[in-house]
Amino acid sequence: MNDLTYNIIFYLFAAITVLSAFFVVTNRNIVYSAFFLLFTFFGVAGIYVLLGADFVAIVQLIVYVGGILILLLFGVMLTNKITNVEIKSGTINIYPAVIGVGLLSGALLAALITSTWKTFPTEAPLPTTAALGTMLIQEYALIFELLGIILLIALIGAASIARREA
Amino acid sequence: MIEVGLNHFLVVSTLLFSMGIYAIVTRKNAIQVLMGVELILNSANINFIAFTRFGNFGLQGHLMALFVIVLAAAEAAIALAIVLNIYKTLSTVNIDEVDSLKD
Repeated sequence: MNDLTYNIIFYLFAAITVLSAFFVVTNRNIVYSAFFLLFTFFGVAGIYVLLGADFVAIVQLIVYVGGILILLLFGVMLTNKITNVEIKSGTINIYPAVIGVGLLSGALLAALITSTWKTFPTEAPLPTTAALGTMLIQEYALIFELLGIILLIALIGAASIARREA
Repeated sequence: MIEVGLNHFLVVSTLLFSMGIYAIVTRKNAIQVLMGVELILNSANINFIAFTRFGNFGLQGHLMALFVIVLAAAEAAIALAIVLNIYKTLSTVNIDEVDSLKD
């Protein structure tokens, strides 16, 4: 793959990601926001692939699109009355937020662009799955087990919180 | 056309981060606040993976990104359970109206 193709694909995915994230945060309809969030996650997965992170990209698709987004949609449906047609979300603090976020992102972008990062020449990306699996069961085995316990506790806790009779 | 390098990826993640902060600050609905949190976690993951690609650290950045994804899943499950409970108790999920621990 030559550089021009790479650049075009990068700009395509970056545009998808940023534009749909913009619609996520500005749309007043929550269901539309959730569906634009789908495109944001897809764009981020494409960026992961461009960066040579094949396994993380697939996990992003499975966990975010298949899990978290569905959870959010269930949340939207369960917290709005069926008879209540408008699923709108109000906004507060628009002007202070625009000013503050503009200042924040301007400062971050200026810091990024003026600083020189020490980068190493990149070679063609290799498959990462086997290496990640080896790391997970060798030097990161403890963290792997802890994450499993955290997920178990979180799911049991979520189920017990959500089912408690009010 | 300019060569796509580390800075391009960092700019994308900065924009995602800013929009996540914007969603958290301005939205009233708790679920859209959660969407903002997810955007912020994704921007952090892009940073991890971009620095892995352009740095010389091995694959530790990828593992950190995986851990972030797992914790995001746990966080989303718990947060939505809490939101459902708030809705059951107070019949609203607008976080500016939720100002008491019980009704």
